[in-house]
Amino acid sequence: MNPAQLDEATLQAFVDGQLDDGERCAVEALLASNPEAAARVRAYRAQTAALHAAFDPVLDEPVPVGWRTPRRRGATYLGQVAAAVVLLLVGGAGGWWANDRLGGPNDGAANFTGEAALAHRVYTKEVRHAVEVAADEEAHLVAWLSKRLDAPLAAPDLTGRGYELVGGRLLPASAGAAAHLMYENEAGDRLTLYIRTNREGGETAFRFEQDGAVSAFYWLDGPLAYAVLAEAERETLLPLARAVYNELSP
Amino acid sequence: MSRYARLEPHIPHLRRYARALVRDVEQADDLVQDCLERAMSRWHLWRPTGSLRAWLFTILHNLHVNAIAKQARRGTSLPLDTVPTPAEAPVQHDRTQVSEVVAALDQLAPEQRRVLLLVALEDFTYAEAAAITGVPIGTVMSRLARGREALRQITGQSGASGGLRRVK
Repeated sequence: MNPAQLDEATLQAFVDGQLDDGERCAVEALLASNPEAAARVRAYRAQTAALHAAFDPVLDEPVPVGWRTPRRRGATYLGQVAAAVVLLLVGGAGGWWANDRLGGPNDGAANFTGEAALAHRVYTKEVRHAVEVAADEEAHLVAWLSKRLDAPLAAPDLTGRGYELVGGRLLPASAGAAAHLMYENEAGDRLTLYIRTNREGGETAFRFEQDGAVSAFYWLDGPLAYAVLAEAERETLLPLARAVYNELSP
Repeated sequence: MSRYARLEPHIPHLRRYARALVRDVEQADDLVQDCLERAMSRWHLWRPTGSLRAWLFTILHNLHVNAIAKQARRGTSLPLDTVPTPAEAPVQHDRTQVSEVVAALDQLAPEQRRVLLLVALEDFTYAEAAAITGVPIGTVMSRLARGREALRQITGQSGASGGLRRVK
């Protein structure tokens, strides 16, 4: 092959059909007198055909329905969680609402509910900046928070109970990061769902706490710890918390 | 879900590319799912003036580069001189040739494989392939040329003409 006549880039572009008509005709003429280059062109085109033959069937595979929502990472965990859907009561209520004990030796449930209550109090008062990502970007919100917590999150649908998702935000927490989802009903009552990594392990618990006007149900579920909070009576919050629990731990 | 709806038409192509790139079905689909999640979470970074398809392939490309780096160079590519050239040109049965090409793909250096697949399988222009892989167009051209010639050597398609063992 005479490189002055047929350079490598032109040959590749010829193979890929990326030349205009004039250039293509010129290359064809050169190939007629250059069997070595012509053999290469044939081989390269056969490669392209082989690649399509091998991988085009993938185009016809239906997209898995599950891809519409972010992955639930660690799917094997779900089996364990399902088996462990037993409502345990965790003893030792000392230190509840101990907001000032962040990072202390009792870095467990007390911190968790304390931080959840703090987040609830701070952000439910906000009118304009209650959330960082609004509900109209729910898929993005859930994907983002799942990524940051490195665990599968979901935003429970509470519309059946009169609560719409307002949105959510990422929060710093003593265990790294926490996800904060906010819901609101027509009356303007707000409910928050606080989710953090469950560092204590896979036990499943469901527990009620009250601090002043704020009520909270919380539980540990596999990789995550959840708290549902609202300024409401226990009896009012319980069905909402159960609805959240049922959605997240089917 | 409007974002997902916009991504959806591109998913089959992302899957085809990923499948050809990593071969393992699960790993390939994991890569695509990572890509989709990243696209949705970084939607604000996509400029509507650009091609959504090229942007998605760029994300997938970066994820694959990172994955390969993590794998601590599991498979290094074979220098061409060590690839045996068959004494006889093989008879070109279609099916055999397809599986030969597919098997030979694995022996290419990842950067050659990516460019080859972006151009030959996914029909990106050289300029698009350059943008996706973040290298100059000249690099795309040389990777493409070397990748194709390596495939030809490995599959023995060069045996008949008897010459040209080395790639420029």
